[in-house]
Amino acid sequence: MDFNDTPEQAQFRNTCREWLEKNAEPKSNKKKEDFADIEFLDVAREWQKKKYDAGWAMLHWPKEYGGIAASPIERIIWAEEESKFNVPRGIFEIGLGMCGPVMMEYASDEQKERYLPAMAEGTEIWCQLFSEPSAGSDVAGLRSKAVQDGDNWIINGQKVWTSGAHFCDYGILVVRHDPNLEKHKGMTFFFVDMKSPGIEVKPIKQITGGSSFNEVYFTDVVIPDSQRLGAIGDGWKVAITTLMNERLAVGDANGADVKEAFNWAKKQDDSGESLINNRATRESIADWYCEANGLKNTKLRTMSALSKGETPGPEASITKIVSANKLQDIGNFGIDSLDMAGMLRTDDNEIQSFQNAWLGAPGLRIAGGTDEILKNIISERVLGLPQDKRSDKGMPFKDIPSGN
Amino acid sequence: MNLDFSDDQKFLQSEARKFLEKEGSINRSRKVLEEKHNTDQDLWNKIVELGWTGIRIPEEYDGLGLGYLELCVVAEELGRFLAPVPFSSSVYLFTEAIIKYANEDVKKEILPKLVSGEIVGTLAVTEDLFAPTISNIKTTSENNIVNGKKIAVADAEIATHSIVVSNSSSGICLRLVDHSSDTVSIEHQDTIDESRGHFSIEYKNSPSILIGDESNGWEFYENLLNQAAVLFSFEQIGGSQASLDMATSYAKERYAFGRQIGSFQAIKHKLADMYVAITLAKSNTYYAAWALSTESSDLSVASATARVSSTKAYQLCSKENIQTHGGNGFTWEYDCHLYYKRSKLLSVNIGSLPNWKEKLVSSLEKSNTY
Repeated sequence: MDFNDTPEQAQFRNTCREWLEKNAEPKSNKKKEDFADIEFLDVAREWQKKKYDAGWAMLHWPKEYGGIAASPIERIIWAEEESKFNVPRGIFEIGLGMCGPVMMEYASDEQKERYLPAMAEGTEIWCQLFSEPSAGSDVAGLRSKAVQDGDNWIINGQKVWTSGAHFCDYGILVVRHDPNLEKHKGMTFFFVDMKSPGIEVKPIKQITGGSSFNEVYFTDVVIPDSQRLGAIGDGWKVAITTLMNERLAVGDANGADVKEAFNWAKKQDDSGESLINNRATRESIADWYCEANGLKNTKLRTMSALSKGETPGPEASITKIVSANKLQDIGNFGIDSLDMAGMLRTDDNEIQSFQNAWLGAPGLRIAGGTDEILKNIISERVLGLPQDKRSDKGMPFKDIPSGN
Repeated sequence: MNLDFSDDQKFLQSEARKFLEKEGSINRSRKVLEEKHNTDQDLWNKIVELGWTGIRIPEEYDGLGLGYLELCVVAEELGRFLAPVPFSSSVYLFTEAIIKYANEDVKKEILPKLVSGEIVGTLAVTEDLFAPTISNIKTTSENNIVNGKKIAVADAEIATHSIVVSNSSSGICLRLVDHSSDTVSIEHQDTIDESRGHFSIEYKNSPSILIGDESNGWEFYENLLNQAAVLFSFEQIGGSQASLDMATSYAKERYAFGRQIGSFQAIKHKLADMYVAITLAKSNTYYAAWALSTESSDLSVASATARVSSTKAYQLCSKENIQTHGGNGFTWEYDCHLYYKRSKLLSVNIGSLPNWKEKLVSSLEKSNTY
């Protein structure tokens, strides 16, 4: 057991660090920028372009699409080093993490050449159009329609929870081409130009007050058949590829963690009292410390497997369940620590981070697979338990009860 | 980056697993519990023959001279198979005390006999129905003579020696006492898990040898616990995983309402929660194994983290294993209760969960982690 890089890994880490030191500022306690801020988009694009030109943008991609064919462990080393620098994040993850792999697997060579480098470079941003008002955890229950019309498809319907749709150039889309078939068989997958006539994007106001997600309406939107990914009727299979990547991409919940809770609890009030002396607080800190480090050490085990060229076990599947719930509890703790004044919005960064954690965590427990869906996945894929009985099995989609 | 055991260590682990499975360790544990044998002497003899009691003992004292990591992988298997032997008392606590704190003469005398099985040891600390602390130890030691009564000492009957946490005029110290002396009387105490016996030990003017120095015994004791916590955590992970495996296979076999109960989300989510708890505990315990094997300054935080996570995991897994089995799980006949009981034995044996949480936070306060 050790935490050292192999000589090759150390050399690679050095190369990453040298480039980052030349091109970015190390992390300080600078306030985080707003996701939806348009200026932030420009800054993010500029950084992405810089990375692309040096081969870092999608380093695991083959050279012809702008990568350096890096191994999984090298990807992690890069991410570790990049995270030590103050660089914009949050704009490209969905496109590169979920749309990229699908395009890589299902698009034609010409399409890959046309779209992948622009995606990696950040000149074109991609979004994912899966969820619908009546298709959330049961995303295969989606109803947006695709009707074939010569060499084109005509799309009508509504998507929801689309991150960044308001600034995206392209999106990947799964729709129903035949409601007479069984639920999972009647779907087909496309990519679509988000500037197509008939697409309307409306922001969703979240419980945080912010708007990172959108509703996307499709009215007679035309998509050429050449933009179909996978065969007609293979939509679910293609979507599953993306969802698997999503679950890897949506991992650790960012925000106030045990470190913040611990340091906050150590502060003294006017009478010299500290929350850290309260037994209930100490017990919570111990629990969160065990969870936070359990996740950190789980990541190290995953890295150890990758480092030896082995396939990691399913351990990483616990990350989001644990971190989103911990975030919610820590936010709750921070607010409660202020007693009656916990209601107040203030300029204090720490208080804000607890309130933002508490307001944002419910979303994280849902996005990218709810806690419940993730537990289903663990119990079925890891423990090998049977699937739940489905009432809609074998039925034509149009006959499935929907409550409306 | 290598937070994993080596191929040799994994091989040792799989050999340990095969051995304990072949020996029917779980059935032996049931038998000890039912017949109040306190320990399985035959299994213990075989474990001694395999050399496991000497894993950490240097070769110059006839041991195998291996490291803590080898002990960790064996511990996980002993936990998985509920081995009814005094391994944790004798190896993680007693042997380590001798290796770390005894003088050369004592080492030469004791360590080879721990390897050969002539000596089996345990640690005697508790005196009353509350946690021992630096200020409530009443057992005295003056002029190498120990007087006092200890309770809830695991494995004391099979143990030939104990290390006694005692109070002398210069402070807390550790004292080695030979049980063959007629000044020592050992009595069985009824417990909620009879798969490993617990005893009271009364020392009446018992001759003893000082281990370490006269005044720093409490610090030595705490260090021993920090080390042992890592090894206990491995036993707890082994037991947690066995409980989850048992619950998972029952959930696949058992039908209710015309379907496998494992197809109900109420059961699936319960088992997923167990998996999550085990994964966190295992990762923390691997990290603590690294800290132990490298004598890292992070050991006190790392071992408390491992201890808290794996105690929580074993408590959850063993109770929910019973719940998954429904009424069957509450019967004497099914093995569920063996894990439930062992989880409690292991979780209080070197201090309970609330006290380890407290240790974790006070270690965090003392460290510069944050």
